[in-house]
Amino acid sequence: MSVNFNLNGKGVTAQAEPDTPLLWVIRDELGLTGTKFGCGMALCGACTVHVNGAPVRSCQTALSSVQGQQVSTIESLPRDNSHPLQVAWIKHDVPQCGYCQSGQLMSATALLAKNKNPTDADIDAAMSGNICRCGTYPRIRAAIKDAAAAMRA
Amino acid sequence: MNTIAQSSRRDFIKTAAVVSGGLLVGFSVPSARQAQAAGTLYTPNAWVHIADDNTITLISARSEMGQGVYTSMPMLIAEELNVDIRKIKVAIAPPDQKAYGNALLGGPQLTGGSTSVRDGWDKLRIGGAQVREMLLSAAASKWNVERGELLAENGMVSGPNGLRATYGELAEAASKLPVPEKVTLKDPSQFRIIGKRTPRLDTPAKTNGTAEFGIDVKLPGMVYAALEQCPVIGGTVKSFDATKAKSMPGVITVVQIPDGVAVVADSWWRANQARKQLAIVWDEGAGAKLNNKAMLETIRAASKTGTPMPIKKTGDAEAVIAASSRVVRREYVSQLLSHSPLEPMNFTASYANGKMLLIGPTQWQDGAQGAVAKAVEMKPEDVAVQTTFLGGGFGRRIDLDFIVQAAQISKAVGKPVKLVWSREDDMTHDFYRPQSVHQMAAALGADGKPTAMTFRMTSQSVTGRVFGLPAAVQDPLMTEAALAPYAIPAMTHDVIKHDAGLRVGYWRSVSHLLNAFANESFVDELAKEAGQDPYAYRMAMLGSQPRFAHVLKLAADKAGWGTPLPAGRARGIALMEGYDTYMAQVAEISMVDGAVKVHRVTVAADLGRMVNPDTVEAQIQSSIVFGMGAALMQQITLENGRVQQTNFHQFPLVRMNESPTIDILLVESTEKPGGIGEPATAVIVPAIANAVATLTGKRVRQLPMTAEAIRAA
Repeated sequence: MSVNFNLNGKGVTAQAEPDTPLLWVIRDELGLTGTKFGCGMALCGACTVHVNGAPVRSCQTALSSVQGQQVSTIESLPRDNSHPLQVAWIKHDVPQCGYCQSGQLMSATALLAKNKNPTDADIDAAMSGNICRCGTYPRIRAAIKDAAAAMRA
Repeated sequence: MNTIAQSSRRDFIKTAAVVSGGLLVGFSVPSARQAQAAGTLYTPNAWVHIADDNTITLISARSEMGQGVYTSMPMLIAEELNVDIRKIKVAIAPPDQKAYGNALLGGPQLTGGSTSVRDGWDKLRIGGAQVREMLLSAAASKWNVERGELLAENGMVSGPNGLRATYGELAEAASKLPVPEKVTLKDPSQFRIIGKRTPRLDTPAKTNGTAEFGIDVKLPGMVYAALEQCPVIGGTVKSFDATKAKSMPGVITVVQIPDGVAVVADSWWRANQARKQLAIVWDEGAGAKLNNKAMLETIRAASKTGTPMPIKKTGDAEAVIAASSRVVRREYVSQLLSHSPLEPMNFTASYANGKMLLIGPTQWQDGAQGAVAKAVEMKPEDVAVQTTFLGGGFGRRIDLDFIVQAAQISKAVGKPVKLVWSREDDMTHDFYRPQSVHQMAAALGADGKPTAMTFRMTSQSVTGRVFGLPAAVQDPLMTEAALAPYAIPAMTHDVIKHDAGLRVGYWRSVSHLLNAFANESFVDELAKEAGQDPYAYRMAMLGSQPRFAHVLKLAADKAGWGTPLPAGRARGIALMEGYDTYMAQVAEISMVDGAVKVHRVTVAADLGRMVNPDTVEAQIQSSIVFGMGAALMQQITLENGRVQQTNFHQFPLVRMNESPTIDILLVESTEKPGGIGEPATAVIVPAIANAVATLTGKRVRQLPMTAEAIRAA
């Protein structure tokens, strides 16, 4: 059986077993490795992608559930880092090891898509599912506020 | 195919082909592991590769695991080479201990111990200056002019009458010249790169998903492996039945290796699903009886019966304490911890035609080469290592188990194999931060200050396991920050080594955290016993320690030490020297539902000269968040030899909503550079413990300081 869905604006067909987590389909079958594996239990957020614009943990999302849906990964953000969040991430030199940052950015883009002026509490609520073992949180918070300001301007 | 120019080398710097193993694969993703020059590549020395198209690649002999060496190492070279740091490329060095060994760690090509800048400070600047001089000599010969008339700047050599040539145009000639023995380095007042806030070179690739980590490596014909290891670390396979696993979709084969049974499949998910169908009978071995509480009791017992190794002795502290009527005795205990970098252990190995190519995240390149060569019975020169970005290290990737496993599986199946551990594998098969017990005693004089102090640390030696340090030899990585800076007339410090039975590893800050937790908790308790302010108490004993006194005052002043706080809040203070860095922190906390909430941490650090101050701040922020996990929420426990925590629901990591505001003050200094990747990890722990004691009146002497532990204290 195959599953058809839209990945970053393009129709794709995946052949994996229907209960295969979307994460592994994206990484190993479709070859987009920006989305990371961290825990496999939706505890760390490294695998965050958007399904129809909402952030989901792709390690706990069955392939079969995205039939006909719109899936976006970190590779849907501009390759030249021109999204306001990418600009702010670079300005604040947010990443350290960088492994969690695709997931952080996907959670942050979902937040700012809904809320162009997030409070600290809003940021906590939207971002606390994304673990950063390097502790880049102060810079993530600052970068989100910067990007939000840029998007409001 | 790029070529590496050959030339004779006389000094310690040897030619090193960065395209180790000769395999260039057509990757389009930004990679840390290969030079990306389009033209012919020349290597005047081990640090600088210049292509004739003027692509300049600077070599980082250390692994990028978040700490910023991918930028700071090239900055040191570029300062003397006179190139724009934004226009160079970076490659992580292949194994070559002679060229790239870490002198501060005794020689191995190992990233750890907050040594990268300290080890590279002279070496990398000399490396850059040598190549600059070789380029100037090449241009002088080419143009038949005096070298003194030439300038090497911004990747270009220029001379009289408009003579100009790019470094690339001079690279071939320069690489044939002898490497100069002596070069003149810039006076620090002339620095244009070092000490300037410099954007990290790896950030763009880490904000669009293109940075290549080990888990992202792909090779033509590559297959995927998942490995079932004994639930008791050290256990071995007695027998197994793979019939069912082999019938699962995508499974190619099942192979036994010394550490377990690997399922090899056409995707990792399929390999891992099939792995669950393996039926394995284990010989659990000696570890099957381990229990962390019983282990702790053996450490506690060893602290009384083991052989003390002296660290330092001044006066007769025991006699002073025995004669004193005002004695404080305390015990402090630190817990087992896992490293839990966010990228689980993984490596890619490709065995073909008697050669092994290893690609992935490691902190120890020549260790990987040697361990794999030994394990699969090959010559080290037939084992190539390419280093990707590391999705965190923290000491876990000093160990080589997962690399050896990948190599063994690849050799068994004759294909490129990517071995990926699950999070559960990672957490239950770590090399754990050892438990420790500190027995402390002090006698207080009439002024409340200690007249004598004894310090005994009992824990397990990591260096014994990793480097074979004999049991009778003291392990310097158990005694870091053991000697507090306070002026106390009589002091006895010693350490007892005790193997509690579980394999242990270097964990960010290593013994600094263990010793600083004990020392800085204890001095706070002494201040309380003396009825004195803990800041003033410390300061009064730092008369001959200006760098300590300076950072302590800076942190206290910035944090508003002694000024009123809102109800329900308190501050704690602590200091430490580690890695030649002097640091003080003030933590401001409250209690929420019985648990500690850290609101603000104020840090003052004097680490001598800094290469990239922005990275220094990032590492302090990082270390505080890392140390908070150890202080407040993390503990590995064992029952029947099995690690009880399997994932982040049981071994929580600090999250955004728990992350405090962090204020950082950096001291301008001309002292030699100190390390900054680790020390703040240690200092935050006693700073929080001291705040908890002030706020709740309860002194927690055993980590972690969970709500339950505080309630029970």
